[in-house]
Order: sequence, then structure tokens, then C-alpha cells
Amino acid sequence: MTDATTQDEKQSDAKLQDAKLQDDIGVSAAADNDVISGLRQRFGAQVLATQDGLDCPVVTLARECIAEACHYLKNEHHFEQVVDICGVDMLEMPDWPADAPRFEVVYNLLSISQNSRMRLKIGVDERQLVDSVTEVWSTANWFEREAFDMYGIIFNHHPDLRRILTDYGFEGHPLRKDFPLTGRVEMFFDEAQWRCVYRPNSLDERVLIERTWPGVDRG
Amino acid sequence: MAEIKNYTLNFGPQHPAAHGVLRLVLELDGEVVEKADPHIGLLHRGTEKLFEYKTYLQNVPYFDRFDYVSMMSNEHAYALGVEKMLGIKAPERAQYIRVMYAELTRILNHCMWLGAVALDIGAMTVFLYCFREREDIFDFYEEVSGARMHAAYFRPGGVSKDLPAGLLEKIKAFTETFPTYVDEYETLLTENRIWKQRNVDIAVVDPQAALDWGFSGPMIRGSGFEWDLRKTQPYDVYDQLDFDIPVGVTGDCYDRYLVRVEEMRESNRIIRQCIEWLQNNPGPIKVDDYKFANPKRAEMKSDMEALIHHFKYFQEGYHVPKGEIYQAVEHPKGEFGVYIVSDGSNKPYRMKVRAPGFAHLEALDYMVRGHMIADVVAIIGTQDIVFGEVDR
Repeated sequence: MTDATTQDEKQSDAKLQDAKLQDDIGVSAAADNDVISGLRQRFGAQVLATQDGLDCPVVTLARECIAEACHYLKNEHHFEQVVDICGVDMLEMPDWPADAPRFEVVYNLLSISQNSRMRLKIGVDERQLVDSVTEVWSTANWFEREAFDMYGIIFNHHPDLRRILTDYGFEGHPLRKDFPLTGRVEMFFDEAQWRCVYRPNSLDERVLIERTWPGVDRG
Repeated sequence: MAEIKNYTLNFGPQHPAAHGVLRLVLELDGEVVEKADPHIGLLHRGTEKLFEYKTYLQNVPYFDRFDYVSMMSNEHAYALGVEKMLGIKAPERAQYIRVMYAELTRILNHCMWLGAVALDIGAMTVFLYCFREREDIFDFYEEVSGARMHAAYFRPGGVSKDLPAGLLEKIKAFTETFPTYVDEYETLLTENRIWKQRNVDIAVVDPQAALDWGFSGPMIRGSGFEWDLRKTQPYDVYDQLDFDIPVGVTGDCYDRYLVRVEEMRESNRIIRQCIEWLQNNPGPIKVDDYKFANPKRAEMKSDMEALIHHFKYFQEGYHVPKGEIYQAVEHPKGEFGVYIVSDGSNKPYRMKVRAPGFAHLEALDYMVRGHMIADVVAIIGTQDIVFGEVDR
């Protein structure tokens, strides 16, 4: 334990030094680095990675500690609001390691008293559970419902994990990369039954403009 | 003794006071609301999925359709986010134009809000008054972009076109008369007995709850926070402009009304400062790099290189470096943010829109509990809900 802690402290010191060298992180670089070193001290090896994002510090955490980390950040570092929680499907991300979890859950936090932001990320696979942060911030409720609806990420201890944006009785998780853009069903009004019904759609998926990367010769 | 049962009432999705397509399942005890369960998603268009199949430029018009009463403010967040990822900065004139139009949009939004809320509560005339001013601002939209609502005017790298001749004078004339129009609205409402009875002490949100429920914009300022991204995390040229942030005290519907009315006056001040700067400072309105902005028409006629750039810009688009960003702006309704994840290609890998209305509507259940059913309409009104952004 002791060895690990000192190593972590050394790492966080190095991190602080790095941050001092580049001063373009934002308005409150020092306070944010307190946050990161605090997280490292408290959660040790569960802090998987830290980096200075374009807009704010980004911390990747182990999935198991997310609820506790959010409690800690809210109570000790005054992150009073979670402005956004969203899922990201990494299925088609280039160079994404095959053994890495398929989904990321991204938490954008805002501290109004400190005027700072930070971003938390956790990796999660299809059948894994993420602890809900609804009891930390009430507003997380709908954001987590949305992530569940769109990606099928299941939040543990969520008070009311229903679909939110898709239709009643919708099947599938539309923002997953393997869900077709045109969807799987279409709705039409059935004269005989006198109501709207679904049927499998017959639309082809068109690609109007290819996804391209710079420096690739496309003939 | 007779058994007392709660009554469940279905409100909407087609209801004039639902501000769009909100289905609200209300549990009532007599006339008192015990619980509200908003069912949203009836206007869900899968925009976030569509983003992933469109180039960065093609995605601009989708932003108009989020909050369709404050179109350019939505584009503002996106343009700033993409610019930051590309490492470019719009020229100063473009920034002033954007700020001026963002503030015109704020007036546009608050006029719509005020008219609609007053109409819901029963004051018919305010609606007509507000729409008179909205018409003027739509004309400014049309002059600059060709479209009255869905402008697609703010682009990553600047704005699409410079202001046409004579437009600044028209906007200036508008800003000279606009404060008297706001006075007119206030004459109708601020001291109005019915307006006060319907709004004072309705849906009081204490500061702790405002933080907990993720409030932003006029909603959090109504609860007493001096929090405005234009001041605290300034973008474009807001740090060079002189304006104040109105803040409420009690956190009820009436305070939020006062905050919004005062914001209209402050926006008017900002617009006047922008006009003065713009009149004296001609210059470029988009970045001088044909990778991120289309070349001038005249250049295309004579320069092969410019023609190729034009073709590439509108066909393949530009490549955004691999990375991610969360960019928020002070939208008329609150904090409107875009979280962009790029894989280095010409299309976003994932784009998430953080709509202020989504968080506000979530708190509806908290705000309506214990209120009468007639207050539900006033509370939906005070949240300034637009379903384009809530359902996305």
C-alpha cells in the first residue's frame, strides 16, 4: 500500500510539473490539478489515466469507483453540477484496442463556485453495470436514462431506468454503431386495423460522402 | 368512509400550453399535483445519429433545428467547438457579428417566451406585441442569411457572409425603439394583479435545488446565482463588452420573468456596442484558410487552386484532428453544450448535444409537486421549454 501511494504521489507531482510548464489549460489550472492529485490519493490505481483536454482536465476512472468518485468530487471539490452524461460507442473508433470496453460513459462536471469544469470517463462493456450517480446529482436521472436508451448501458441502482427518447416499445439501441441509420422498422397507418403499425423497412443505406482521413490517397 | 383515490390525468401531447409535444402524466389529489411524469421523445429525430453520417459543414443546419426559437445560439456552440478542435480562431469582425446575432437571438427567444407564457396564463395582447418585434428580427435574419429562421449562418471559422449594406442602420433603429417596447410589455405585466397572482411564489426553487437539478441560464439566475457563461467563461468578444447580469432573489416564476425581461434590455445594450464596433471596423468575416472556409466567387473564376478548394470544402469537407471537446455557450435558455468526439476524419465520430431544456424539464416533477393543476401551465412556461432541443 505504502509503496503504491508514494509512487502515485510521485506521478501526481510529475503531473503538476507538467501542468505548470504549459499554462494554456484554462482559468483555474492549479485548482484542477488539486482535484486530480486528490483523486489519485483517494482512489490510487483506480485512476486509470489523466490528461489535459482541449477544454478541461479529463480523468479516466475504473468503472467500479464512479459513484464514490462523484460523491468525492461533489463534496470535496465543489463540482455542484453534472452538466452532461453521455455514452460513446467505440466499436468503429480507429486504433481502439480490441480488449478495451466497447462503450465509454462520459461525465461533464461543472463547478459553479470554482468556475471550473472537468470530464470523467469510464469504460463499460455490453453486459456490465455502471453505478448510477442519481443520488449524487438528481439531474443525472434523465441523462442516464438517455444513455440506456441510446446505447443499452445499464445503470445499477437507478430509480427509474426506462427508455426516454425512443417510441414506446422500441427495440434496439439506436446510437450504437451497428444500428443502421435508416433504422430497422418503419411506421405506417394500416387502414384495416385503423391504427399505426410497424413493419420492417425496405430502405437501403446510402453513403453520400465517404468518411475519409487526411493523407489517404483516394485515387 | 369512502375510499379516496388519486386521479391520473394525461396532459398532451397535443395541448396548446405544452409548448410542443409534451405528454405529461399528472397524478392529482383533488386539484393538487402529487407527481408529474413527463414523457418526452415525441419530437425525437435522431439528430445525433445523423451527425455521424454528415460532414462537419453539413451538420451546421441541424443546429438551427434544435432549439428552433433561438437558432443562431445553437450554431454558436458548434462553431466554437469545431474551431477549437481545428485550432483556428474566427476574425474579430466575425466574432462581433456572431455576438450581435447571438444577442438578437436572445431577444427573439425571450419575446417568444414572454408572448407564449403570457398567452398560457391568459394575457392575449402580450403575444401580439412580442410577435411584432420578432418579425423585425426575422427580417434581420433574412437579410444576412436568406432564411427567416434556420439561418445556418455561423460556420466553423466565422460566418457565411458579411453584413449587407444598410443592415447595421436598420438594426440600430431597432435597438433605439426596442427598450420602449420592453416598457410596453412591462406595463402590461409587471404590476398586473393577475400576472402576479399567477407567478409570485409559484415554483420556488431554492439555490441548493437549482444546483442539484442542473439548472442553468435564467433558471439558475432566478434562484440567486450570478452565473452567466458570457461573464464567467467568456467566448468570442463578450469579455470586451459592457453588460450586467440580472439576478433574481426568491427563485419563483415572477423572478425568472423579471430576469428574462431585464436580459432583453441587456442584450439590447450589447447589440448597440457591437453595431458601433462593426460600423468602424471592416475586415474579413471568415478565416483566411481555404481548408476551412470557401474561397471567394471571383477567385474561383480565375484561380484553379481556389476552384479545387471550393470543391473539396463542400464535398469532402475538412478533417478535424482526433480528440474531443465540450463547448458550452450561454444560450437564451441556459447552458447549451456540444460534446464532439472526432476520430480524425471529416465526420464527427460522436456528437452529443447538451440541451438546457432537457435538464429543466427533468426538474418539472420537483417544481410542480404541491401546486395546483393550473400552475402546471405557468411552470412549464417558466422553464422555457422547446421540444426541438429536449428531444433532439
